[in-house]
Amino acid sequence: MGSPSPYLPGLATIMKIEEQTAMEKLFMVRPNDGKPLGHKPGQFVEVSVFGVGECPISVSSAPNKKADFEICVRRAGNVTNALHNLKAGDVIGIRGPYGTHFPAEDLRGKDLLFVAGGLGIVPLRSFINYVLERRKDYGRIIVLFGARTPADRLFKAELASLARRPDLEYLETVDVGDASWKGNVGVITTLFPKFAIDPKKTYAVMVGPPVMYRFAIAAARAKGLADDHIIVSFERKMKCGLGKCGHCQMGPVYVCQEGPVFNFAAIKNLEEALS
Amino acid sequence: MGGDMNLAIIEKEGLRLFVAEILRQKNTVVGVKDQSAVSSIPGDSGFYTYAPINSPEELTLSFDVTLIPPKKYLLPAYEQLLTFNLSPGSIKADVPKEELIVFGVHPYDIIAINQMDKVFSTVPQDNHYLERRKRTTIIGIDPVKVAPRAFWSSMGADTVASGFDLMLTDIGQCYVVDVGSKKGASLLKMAPRTREAAPAEVKERDKVRAGARKRCDANRLSFSYLELPSLLDGKEEHVIWEEKSHLCFSCGTCNLVCPTCYCFDVRDDVSIDLKKGSRYRTWDGCLLSDFAQVAGGGNFRGHRADRYRHRFYRKGQFIYRRFGDIACVGCGRCSAQCPSDIADPVAVFNRLKEGI
Repeated sequence: MGSPSPYLPGLATIMKIEEQTAMEKLFMVRPNDGKPLGHKPGQFVEVSVFGVGECPISVSSAPNKKADFEICVRRAGNVTNALHNLKAGDVIGIRGPYGTHFPAEDLRGKDLLFVAGGLGIVPLRSFINYVLERRKDYGRIIVLFGARTPADRLFKAELASLARRPDLEYLETVDVGDASWKGNVGVITTLFPKFAIDPKKTYAVMVGPPVMYRFAIAAARAKGLADDHIIVSFERKMKCGLGKCGHCQMGPVYVCQEGPVFNFAAIKNLEEALS
Repeated sequence: MGGDMNLAIIEKEGLRLFVAEILRQKNTVVGVKDQSAVSSIPGDSGFYTYAPINSPEELTLSFDVTLIPPKKYLLPAYEQLLTFNLSPGSIKADVPKEELIVFGVHPYDIIAINQMDKVFSTVPQDNHYLERRKRTTIIGIDPVKVAPRAFWSSMGADTVASGFDLMLTDIGQCYVVDVGSKKGASLLKMAPRTREAAPAEVKERDKVRAGARKRCDANRLSFSYLELPSLLDGKEEHVIWEEKSHLCFSCGTCNLVCPTCYCFDVRDDVSIDLKKGSRYRTWDGCLLSDFAQVAGGGNFRGHRADRYRHRFYRKGQFIYRRFGDIACVGCGRCSAQCPSDIADPVAVFNRLKEGI
């Protein structure tokens, strides 16, 4: 083995920080060794703030040849709060990438229905941008995005430019609107009646809060999608990322190893899969 | 596996001199100490713990079960993994270098260690564990006394074929010694007056083992432990999980004392001058209420019955499906130490088997 310890992170420097909402910041990170992360869309890294700890964060940028990559972080716990207090030039630790990825190759030529609830857009953005860089390799693309309120919407400018693309259908909603909001109001499943799909050709790729899956999966099934045409990515407490520490277990499955990306058909009978 | 060719005899006094010689050569030895004198529980027959041994007299080999299994030497309750400087930022791995002899490990605990070996050597390997394991010598001892709640005889854990460097069996006048490794063979050279075991002595060893097995059979699974994975299939909604877990304090004692529980948390410590720090791992337990809780408060196993059920599935099915081992060795520690006596695998598994 090259590294003496699988827990040893590489050092990386925060290049740029962009405030997304009151709760989320987008960090551009460059590994100090200058080597690209080598991730695939949907994978995560373990991010260290030394002296505070480590936590799993999805990579939000599409894979590319550059070393820089992006993580979008909600301030939610010790490590993410500490991350929010850092500035450009500060050094953090990165381990990974870990976990399974969206089946980008297998989905070539298929119609894709992206379902992004709240922070779910963060890992999905990696895959959406990957697909858009190879637009002709994929069929029809529908992107559904739901946020709690207009102020909670992430990647506002990017999503607005998605909405303008002629080669993609973009629908969004908020759970609760405000005076300025002219769009759809309601949970993400209220968007499903607004489009038709060919269930034989279509794969749904969904990421959102735990509560979303049961409803979004029911809506996708109602559109005629078979369970093996539904791809999900699950959040769990992936403490070590190595299939050892036990925190991310979903029944017998280690989400950090067999997931976070799953074909729904493969895990639908697991007692602990859906909230 | 030691065939009869590897069986040696060491007299009782020879063993005392053997331990003395190991200590004289500056080896670090831990072994079982009889702590009866410090027990304050009325009627308690005493208890045993693994602790550093400084003289042969401190060592007990006739224990029934220890309070905490020897996993604490392979996966320490607090283990430094990395050290770092905060400014300028740098970080390095801290891989263990200490050699250790664990003197007196029962077969069920060796089986548990063999299971941990499998877990931590599965890719991605955990070098911290593997280095420590490599530097640990294990001297087994067959049990003669049987703990009241032990049920290892029905978990296929009455004897063990590998994972030890030496394995002793007390046959009365002397010990039969099975040499399990080269390390064990060279260690045994420190023992005075060893000789090859005679056939009668080997037979006597079998008798001692059979006797202990029979005493342990007083408390047993009512079926073959190999049925556990299939027995648990479809029992997720059984009433037993809610019913028993009503008495669960979520204290994690069952995890703490279990020789096959290896789940851990990873945390950071910072020195008081804020210049450097360390990342360490510490035991964690799936019965603790925040075990599966993520930042922001979401808890993927927030219900007590789900945590209670998870442990039994992990022991009887999950680890088997992942690594091929039933992750309960029948030591009976959880049964004996659970404050409300709901952790006993015999009670739970036998009831599931009865189907009521």
